[in-house]
Amino acid sequence: MTIAQNLSRRGFLAGTAAATGGLTLGFHIPFAAAQGAQTPEINAWVVIQPDDKVVVRVARVEMGQGTLTGLAQLVAEELDADWSKVTTEYPTPGQNVARKRIWGDFQTAGSRGIRGSEDYVRKGGAAARIMLMQAAANEWKVPVTELKTAKGVITHDASKRSTTYGKVALAAAKIEPPKDVTLKNPKDWTIAGKSLPRLDTKEKLDGSQIYSIDFKMPNMLNAAILETPVPGGKIKSIDSAAAEKMRGVRKVMIVDGNAVAVVADTWYRAKTALEAVKITWEDNPNTKVSSATIDAMLKEGLEAKEAFVGNRQGNVDEALGKAAKKIEAVYAYPYQHHVTMEPMNATAVWTADKCMVWTATQNAEAALATTVSASGLTIDKCDVIRLNLGGGFGRRSSSHDFVHQAVTIAKEMPGTPIKLIWSREQDMLHGTYHPVTQCKLVGGLDEKGNLTALRMRISGQSILAALRPTALVEGRDPATFQGLNAQGPEAQIGYDIPNLLVDHAMRNPPFRPGFWRGVNNNQNAIYLECFVDELAHAAGQDPLAFRQKMMAKYPKHLAVLNAVAEKAGWGKPLPQGVYRGVAQHMGYGSYVAAVAEVSVSAKGELKIHRIVATTDCGHVVNPQQVAAQIEGSFAYGLTSLLFSEMTAKDGQMEQENLDTYEILKMEHMPPVESYPVPSGDFWGGVGEPTIFVAAPAVLNAIFAATGKRIRQVPIKNVDLRKA
Amino acid sequence: MARLNINGKVHDIDVEPDTPLLWAIREQVGLTGTKYGCGVAACGACTVHVDGVPTRSCSMPISAFTDQQKIVTIEGLSPNVSHPIQKAWLELDVPQCGYCQSGQIMAAAALIASKPNPTDADINAEMTNICRCGTYNRIRAAIKLAASNTKRG
Repeated sequence: MTIAQNLSRRGFLAGTAAATGGLTLGFHIPFAAAQGAQTPEINAWVVIQPDDKVVVRVARVEMGQGTLTGLAQLVAEELDADWSKVTTEYPTPGQNVARKRIWGDFQTAGSRGIRGSEDYVRKGGAAARIMLMQAAANEWKVPVTELKTAKGVITHDASKRSTTYGKVALAAAKIEPPKDVTLKNPKDWTIAGKSLPRLDTKEKLDGSQIYSIDFKMPNMLNAAILETPVPGGKIKSIDSAAAEKMRGVRKVMIVDGNAVAVVADTWYRAKTALEAVKITWEDNPNTKVSSATIDAMLKEGLEAKEAFVGNRQGNVDEALGKAAKKIEAVYAYPYQHHVTMEPMNATAVWTADKCMVWTATQNAEAALATTVSASGLTIDKCDVIRLNLGGGFGRRSSSHDFVHQAVTIAKEMPGTPIKLIWSREQDMLHGTYHPVTQCKLVGGLDEKGNLTALRMRISGQSILAALRPTALVEGRDPATFQGLNAQGPEAQIGYDIPNLLVDHAMRNPPFRPGFWRGVNNNQNAIYLECFVDELAHAAGQDPLAFRQKMMAKYPKHLAVLNAVAEKAGWGKPLPQGVYRGVAQHMGYGSYVAAVAEVSVSAKGELKIHRIVATTDCGHVVNPQQVAAQIEGSFAYGLTSLLFSEMTAKDGQMEQENLDTYEILKMEHMPPVESYPVPSGDFWGGVGEPTIFVAAPAVLNAIFAATGKRIRQVPIKNVDLRKA
Repeated sequence: MARLNINGKVHDIDVEPDTPLLWAIREQVGLTGTKYGCGVAACGACTVHVDGVPTRSCSMPISAFTDQQKIVTIEGLSPNVSHPIQKAWLELDVPQCGYCQSGQIMAAAALIASKPNPTDADINAEMTNICRCGTYNRIRAAIKLAASNTKRG
């Protein structure tokens, strides 16, 4: 396979020498606005310094998922760079705006870090290589076709000459960019596709990596904040007399009418003084909201007449009427918290003509937009510098409320850098939670045990309605149906069910939902994959075989399922007391399946002995990092299954810290065997997909072990003893 | 005023006596490798050694310490990432986001100091720090690698 690309003429514009004195090579990505550009744009993905150091510009952000290393591998591969000389840097969103979004979007979410930018970053590397070769050819007065490149060195065999990228970089900067570039066949990769060590490990081992929370500036002050714990709450009055007298305190202020901030010389003093502020809140009807009222709201939605249709095939009601056997079940998934290990924080400096923010964000452009709106300045006077993230998981793309607050506080103290850190308690109470939903499923089987009809009614919260209402389609939230869609390359159901109706009764309680690693796939995979297991049991069929016979039209789903069955030894004997469960799902463009092996003791204690997982993500850029993401996804997904639940009482979340919101630890973590089965003809995501199958595989194994169907998460609330 | 011996150096720290050791280390001494995660000793991101014992610094006031106690933070664990635990972490590419890893490494270093050849049960019992990225299996493998490298060395 050769991938030849036609690149528009104006899409490739040679850069002038970068500030480093070297070459900046760029190219244009399709959707960046080039029209009307009179002056050459410098669109930089690759910078080559005179000492041969290669700086790869990364628009996406590293938050643990390995994207930084993976994208650098892809660029370096096409460039034929010397990997030992490759480093990376982040452009800022302000630079992106000034250069007409030359780097495209900065959002690092939806498992798109690699797949969403592989094409244009590879072309950037390939174009850079051609320009460097042309510079050498010009110098040596030989045809460029006689040159070869490897590890940052250009050679001309006939004349036995060689040079390095760094030596020709300045000349290459003046070369006309190529009109076409040919990308390598992935089979020929020597840098991409390899289990290279990450570029960012060493500084994480000695405390030298600077996360956003560690950032310091001269004359910086620190802020702590307490926002209304009840959605919609407003401050009636505060008494800050005691707090203002405390050591180190510089200012106490009301922020946005719903929060109190204390600014002090150190954060701990700010936090301590904040605890001394007496706050009186306005009356707020949301104080009547509790988990019980939310449950009633969702239960009503399960039976409601009106709902948004996500996937409809055939005639479900008619087919259910004719079914030989009808099965019905209701599942529920709670609010859950991201718990990034680093709480939300941001540093801001505001003056009348400039506002700068330093923060950890998954979407620096959104952080910039927030900075602009909070600062009251125009976008050309604002910028956001990206600092390392102590975890993202969707929280740092769902809302930049912490940036808004930091800028709002800094605006009250012009010229003084303010670092706002949320306490863990603030972080827990102001999450963008995994949305709460329930699902009623009705399935119909014919005499032979074939699934003829399936009805899925989802009731509950819409993320888009809360965060991006403009993304709703005539009121409907298409993201609600992740993994249940009739078609599409992103999140397609893997079963051929002749009569199917999936719909959504949108019910939005006041707690703000957000994009949470895996997003709506998490509950949808539980609803569908556990219920399919119920149907297989009702049909008296093996759960694997029951699935396989419905998947002929979905060969990629099926191949991953077959692979996991083989790797796990499905059907082969297990040690006494150990049972298997299986699940498969598609999301973020990738196909995943897992088999869990569990035992449940007489006392009801669950032990997960082994997880076997297969993933078809199309291409694998760094196998050891894909393995790390799969293991991490199980840790995340199993935390959700075993422990995670935010409950509401009197209008506020009850779990304020990690002593009441348990996270999976070493003792709970099962061995994970992961097998990539890349089919090589598409690019899928890796950071999230495996989460989908973690919970349903274990739940189905628990049923095999105990005969108990668990239809709610988390299972810490459930008695697992045998039925 | 408190006197603390941190990474072999005595610091005079002018701060309220109930200030947690974590915040004195981060804000007065200026060493930011030790992380704030929860403030209630639940997550372990703030783990330091006090006379070799892994200690969750977010929940210990500085008034509880004297300058006779040797406090070691991640920055003082070894010169140039040379502790066997750090070397094993590097070899197995353990960290993902890395935020919890200072605490994980300090906990693991204390574990192999007291149990040079830890079993899985020892690791489960002593490694109770939270990693939200889910690096547990690599942490387990790296502890065993460090133990075996130390034995060979």
